[in-house]
Amino acid sequence: MRNGMWWKSFLAVWMSVVIWAAFYYAPRAKALGETTRVLFFHVPCAWVATLSFIVAAIASILYLRNARPQYDWVAYASSHLGLLFTVLASVTGAVWANEIWGDPWNWDPRQTSIFFLMLIYAAYFALRSGIEDPAKQARLAAVYAIIAGVAMPFFMFIVPRIYESLHPDPLINESGKVKMNGKMLQVFLSSMFGFTVLYFWMLRQKIALLRGEFMLMKKLIQEGEAR
Amino acid sequence: MDLHVENLTQRFGFRTVIKETSFVLPAGQSLVITGDNGSGKTTLVRLLCNLLTPTAGTISYRNGKGALEGEDLRGRIGLVGPYLQLYRDLSAIENLAFLARGRGEKPDAQKIRELLEKVGLKGRGKDPLKTYSSGMLQRAKYAAAILHNPDLLILDEPTANLDEAGKEMVLAVVNEQRKKGSLVVATNEAEERTWGEQHVVLA
Amino acid sequence: MLSLLSKGLVVFRKDLRLEFRSLYALNAIGLFAVTTITAVSFSLGPVRLEPNILAALFWVVIFFSAMSGLAHVFIREEEQDTGDMLRLVFPPNAVLVGKWLFNIVLLGGLCLLIIPLFVIMLGAEVGNWPAMLAMTASGVFAMATVSTVIAAIIALSGSRGALFAVMTFPVALPVLMTAIHGTRVALEGGQLADCGNDLKVLFSFTIVIMTVGFLLFETIWRK
Repeated sequence: MRNGMWWKSFLAVWMSVVIWAAFYYAPRAKALGETTRVLFFHVPCAWVATLSFIVAAIASILYLRNARPQYDWVAYASSHLGLLFTVLASVTGAVWANEIWGDPWNWDPRQTSIFFLMLIYAAYFALRSGIEDPAKQARLAAVYAIIAGVAMPFFMFIVPRIYESLHPDPLINESGKVKMNGKMLQVFLSSMFGFTVLYFWMLRQKIALLRGEFMLMKKLIQEGEAR
Repeated sequence: MDLHVENLTQRFGFRTVIKETSFVLPAGQSLVITGDNGSGKTTLVRLLCNLLTPTAGTISYRNGKGALEGEDLRGRIGLVGPYLQLYRDLSAIENLAFLARGRGEKPDAQKIRELLEKVGLKGRGKDPLKTYSSGMLQRAKYAAAILHNPDLLILDEPTANLDEAGKEMVLAVVNEQRKKGSLVVATNEAEERTWGEQHVVLA
Repeated sequence: MLSLLSKGLVVFRKDLRLEFRSLYALNAIGLFAVTTITAVSFSLGPVRLEPNILAALFWVVIFFSAMSGLAHVFIREEEQDTGDMLRLVFPPNAVLVGKWLFNIVLLGGLCLLIIPLFVIMLGAEVGNWPAMLAMTASGVFAMATVSTVIAAIIALSGSRGALFAVMTFPVALPVLMTAIHGTRVALEGGQLADCGNDLKVLFSFTIVIMTVGFLLFETIWRK
């Protein structure tokens, strides 16, 4: 419990500072004006959405190797957060796109990719909700997550070849240069770090919740069997 | 082929159906599984047939050479059970030929005809199973289960849907199997309980 | 390996025979395709569609037709309780081989129906037939592969096909995008070599998904 408090307090302070810094400390970018500030939130959301997917896929592989419910909790919890953060990344992206391109949605490769992730998460939950037996649910969901994970690189490879991108260069672009000035980079990296810690904290909370549900169900049923 | 069951446990969700059950069935012996409705007879049978993966514990089949698995095992078990169906759009002969091919054998028309006669389906072999009565379907299942002369024949509710003549057919099959191999019967009928030297009572 | 293939063929021939007796999947996907194309043709009247729209429409029709029928091979086994018989007798991957071949044949057959309909009812002009046929064949191959693996998950989940399209779409999206791109090139008269990259992508995608399918099928198939 004390451990949990520590995470929570740290995040409260760190994220408050990041939010303040994003609006007051970081200078505005020359070409894109005030709108760049969304970047400090948009990119970390997209990153966490991807991270969730990777964590869920790894947990799924582990579950199929060794059917311990803990692995399934990680996969399930991570997918929940993944869905949340794909939505956040899409919305922040759309707000910015509307300002700059005059259109919130235009199937830019990166929008398409995040949309792809969202679809996978949605399908994953639809599959889970249809299966009653927890072990079967975990097993089939893990298989689906792995198949989706295998399709993912193809998607990443194909999309940019077919659709042209207007999206600003990703942070680490082809020339390997980071196009940000010092202050912006400080805020940006702090935000990336903050969001990553936020993700792991939320993951931890969600897993604790799943474990609690599991223990409660187990206890109720065992009491029922004993009677 | 000996059957070794050790500390077998099966849970569905949190419900424990089979709890730490162990027994050994040496080759040539017969086992009767009894228990009330919901006590896990069918679950145990499905576990023995490798149709379910146990939550804990092991089921192993061994002969002189060691443990039998996969392909070696699939050809040695025959099962009759209410949840195991044949293809309704195929005839009995087509069903049996399909299963023979699935075991890597060439279907023998003569043998299939004799088998159908033995289970009391003479002359109906070419009709699709959807034209059969439930008793006839049960007879067809027996033909499917003993087609490959299994080392172990497993019968779940052996005489369900059968008339007196059908029960006699089952008795003949059971007696023959007891002479040449192992038998497992899951039943609550008093008469059928006498078919085995060994008993497992599930609670 | 050889035994896997020959037993797979046994399952395939059984499914083919069952299909000819019931015509369930054939009716489902064939009528779906005809209805969709007729509806589009009817609402367009004399208007002729551009190659990029035709290519997209072509693959959308194939995708949704596939979704209406390709899960049937697995769902039927579970609905009629014959799945356990297959589990008892056949090696798991032989079942996958059989169902996979069946779905390739079914979807391939559908294309033999769809392509003439596109030419006749929608007035599609194919610029380069070899390229068009190569794109269709490899796209169908990839689509049937993805659908078959997902169909197994669907059938065992007990959701009876309601989720099939929802679950297949994200995984099949790389196939759809690549196939639509290549088909447009073919309709516009590009050479076979112009579709080369798309064909390579489709082919490698199929190989990868099938490999994963073989590795994971036993996990899906066992109860």
